[in-house]
Amino acid sequence: MSERLVLIAIAVIALSGVPGLFMSRRAAGGQSIATVLAAAGAMLGIVGTLIFAVTGSSEPIAWRWPVPGGEFAVAIDGIAAIFLLPIFLIPTLGSIYGLEYWRQADHPDDGQKLRLFYGFVTASLALVVIAKNAVLFLVAWEVMAMAAFFLVTTEDREPAVREVGWVYIVATHAATLCLFAMFALLQRAVGSFEMIAAAEDAVTPGAARAIFLLAVAGFGIKAGVMPLHVWLPGAHAMAPTHVSALLSGVLIKVGIYGLVRITSLLPQSPAWWGGFVLALGAVSAVLGVVFAIGQHDLKRLLAYHSVENIGIIVMGVGLAMLGRSLGRPDWIALGLAGALLHVWNHGLFKSLLFFSAGSVIHAVHTREIDQLGGLAKRMPRTALAFAVGAAAICGLPPLNGFVSELLIYLGLFRTVGIGEGPAWSGAAFAAPALALVGALAVACFVKAFGAVFLGTARSDRSGHARESGPSMLVPMAVLAACCLLIGLAPALIAPLLDRAVVAWAPTAASAEFRVAALAPLGWISATGLALVGAIALSSLLLCERFRRSEVASAVTWDCGYAAPSATMQYTSSSFAEMLVRLFRSVLRPVVHTARATSLFPRAAAFESNVTEPVLDGVLEPMSRSIASFLSWSRVLQRGSIQAYLFYVFVALVGMLVWVAL
Amino acid sequence: MFVIHVLIHIVFMFAMPPLLLGVIAKTKAAFAGRAGPPLLQPYYDCIKLLQKGSVLSTTTTWVFLGGPVVGLASTLVAGLLLPLGGHAAPISFEGDLILFAYLFALGRFFTASAALDTGSAFEGMGAAREVTFACLAEPALFFGLLTLAKLSQSLSLTGMLTEPFAVAWGVGGSSLVLVAVSLFIVLLAENCRIPFDDPNTHLELTMIHEVMVLDHSGPAFGMILYGAAMKLFLLGAVLLRVLVPVSLGNAWFDWAGFLAGMTLLSVFIGVVESTMARLRLVNVPKVLVAACLLAAFGLVLLVK
Repeated sequence: MSERLVLIAIAVIALSGVPGLFMSRRAAGGQSIATVLAAAGAMLGIVGTLIFAVTGSSEPIAWRWPVPGGEFAVAIDGIAAIFLLPIFLIPTLGSIYGLEYWRQADHPDDGQKLRLFYGFVTASLALVVIAKNAVLFLVAWEVMAMAAFFLVTTEDREPAVREVGWVYIVATHAATLCLFAMFALLQRAVGSFEMIAAAEDAVTPGAARAIFLLAVAGFGIKAGVMPLHVWLPGAHAMAPTHVSALLSGVLIKVGIYGLVRITSLLPQSPAWWGGFVLALGAVSAVLGVVFAIGQHDLKRLLAYHSVENIGIIVMGVGLAMLGRSLGRPDWIALGLAGALLHVWNHGLFKSLLFFSAGSVIHAVHTREIDQLGGLAKRMPRTALAFAVGAAAICGLPPLNGFVSELLIYLGLFRTVGIGEGPAWSGAAFAAPALALVGALAVACFVKAFGAVFLGTARSDRSGHARESGPSMLVPMAVLAACCLLIGLAPALIAPLLDRAVVAWAPTAASAEFRVAALAPLGWISATGLALVGAIALSSLLLCERFRRSEVASAVTWDCGYAAPSATMQYTSSSFAEMLVRLFRSVLRPVVHTARATSLFPRAAAFESNVTEPVLDGVLEPMSRSIASFLSWSRVLQRGSIQAYLFYVFVALVGMLVWVAL
Repeated sequence: MFVIHVLIHIVFMFAMPPLLLGVIAKTKAAFAGRAGPPLLQPYYDCIKLLQKGSVLSTTTTWVFLGGPVVGLASTLVAGLLLPLGGHAAPISFEGDLILFAYLFALGRFFTASAALDTGSAFEGMGAAREVTFACLAEPALFFGLLTLAKLSQSLSLTGMLTEPFAVAWGVGGSSLVLVAVSLFIVLLAENCRIPFDDPNTHLELTMIHEVMVLDHSGPAFGMILYGAAMKLFLLGAVLLRVLVPVSLGNAWFDWAGFLAGMTLLSVFIGVVESTMARLRLVNVPKVLVAACLLAAFGLVLLVK
């Protein structure tokens, strides 16, 4: 039942953009049809997934498929169900958001293309998650990767967009290459392309290690784990905002899905795997947020926070892997449940943040944080949405980010030797790292929220911005409500998390390793409500005091200076300066400053920029030198058809000779 | 019995924080050879501020008042999680220590945002410093919490800081010394005391916390003062329990001992403030990194 509903949903969503292709480029009809179809498909999909979540019964489908090694085999299990819900929810909200953000009438050239591939990406993501056959998985994966390329390059008129598109397509194919190799190895071990757990002795340790490392590399590139994140910041910044939300909120999570799935298929798992994944996650989380602090572009800043949050998720997965190797089901349950819940949470609050950032960009037409400011007055609802998203992404109670981080913290604290079983204290050092990440995230989001929404407008356009309409605000409201709901009532989703934990590691099946038994979900709700109550009480106190006393208004106190101007405010760059300086050894900020050399110096400017170290610092010089090293091979490129025919002939003769020998 | 202790807990939590500020001020005055303000001056200040009118800057929005409101509310809830004087906290559960730390982060988020809401360079400067230094204080706090968790085999503040913890000094005394020093540094930094920040300085350019709240006045400012005092009280209570994890055998004596201990701790803070100069701002991160390393060594000593 669930599988059938989800497959119908996938078909409907995939085709949602097609009717629009046959309509006028100026008419709004195609967009409405696409949105309705996407929403209807998503409804079906969510219903199908929820049926599985409640009943737990799954009817795997296996249809014949005339592709070598391929079978159209799909099934929903606990892990797939967790990933399916955001895949259906967030892109649908994105389509609704797009009704105003990317109106067909305003974008006659690329609106149709955008919606067609938006449907393709969403549908193929869902198919990736439920595929039970490696060939089907790879086909769906490649459709997803290619359709996402066309989404990223929606505005392919712009050279900068084409450039990030190239980086994306190279990165995604590097990932696919790793996956081909990985599935080939897995097929040798299992004997078929079915994605089933390998038998205990089927995989040699060497092959298992290769499969594991290829999975980390391939899925790591897609998920954007530092230092494999090269494609991510550019693609997120240059794509239309509802596409960024799709990429960040949903698409990069299939990298996590792949990692979780493959590690569940391998029979053995040495402790160093878990330690390695945990360390990778910690590095990704810390460096992701550090780079975010150095950004001037609102969407790039949010993109680096995806790297950070993927790092947090990967930390949870690493902890679960450690738990499996060392026989600590409590680490498995807390780590994996924390990671999977963070998959949801990040999808929710990051889409919320992208949507509110998009609302700002739609109104002001710039992504430069230092051109914005004072928007809370002009766009109060967007500001509120951004504030909720910012508090949630920092892991602050009583919102959802806190719950998933708490689960991971609890697991990490247990590694020092609390609870029954062996200890692995090295993992405990990830807890202070996570605390550092949390504090840095607070710094970064105070900067972003403050510089964009608070104070006074730093540019004319920012001062005349207008609030967005309901089709942009309603998706934000839905996401904000979800953030608050999960934060206040995490027990609601505990059963779903339990199913996923058991699907990943049957050893954690006993009742004492239920998420609700290991984590204080009831207390989280209680203290969350207490916090809301305390905030309400102190607001009442303040209101009551204000009513009884005189409230005057005046200009901001600037130590006696009575004419403060917008340029006197702390900018986002000056706010981040101390932290950028603290982390200058990794950030390597490029600073241009002018010195006053004569008595009457000319007007001077200061500029500081944080570049992308892996892409600009390593990969680009490396590919340049490879290209120049291989330039001798250009001799072969004569440009004449006769020469190429000659090559074909030589190759053919060569192969015949080889066969004959 | 539990109910009575919860009531006493709440009374202490609400009534005592300003006293600490009074004791610190009195100690500093004694060092300077002055009579100093009355011991209860911080109470008078809070009450007076609550009755005054306010001036709101024209640039501000709801966020400006959200700072004091959320700051106070989050500190209040944090206060309910922390055991005082060796008595179980009103609310305690596995993992409450993380909520405790994150509630302060919530307060910081809104206080710093409220500062940016005024659009003033000074307050932006203060907010930037506050969030930057917190980034270094937070890992130090977590290393300390990990050490305490390991020693007490518990993941709740009540489990960590009540009875069973007393034996910990025998097992991990050296770790606890390191953690206590680190916690004291975090306490001074998070509460903006000398040598990190001077609450009484006159130059806005050198301030951290005070400059963030320049524009707040009247009741809102009263709430900020009170919330800050409570934060000092709570972190002080953690430190006190780490230093003196003993029970006097009688619940009432324990409360008296807690009162005396907190007063002594404030005197000690006053002594530190009187005998040290304020650090240059560029040196503050170094001291905080040192605090982090101390606590990390404390953990390493335990797990080896």
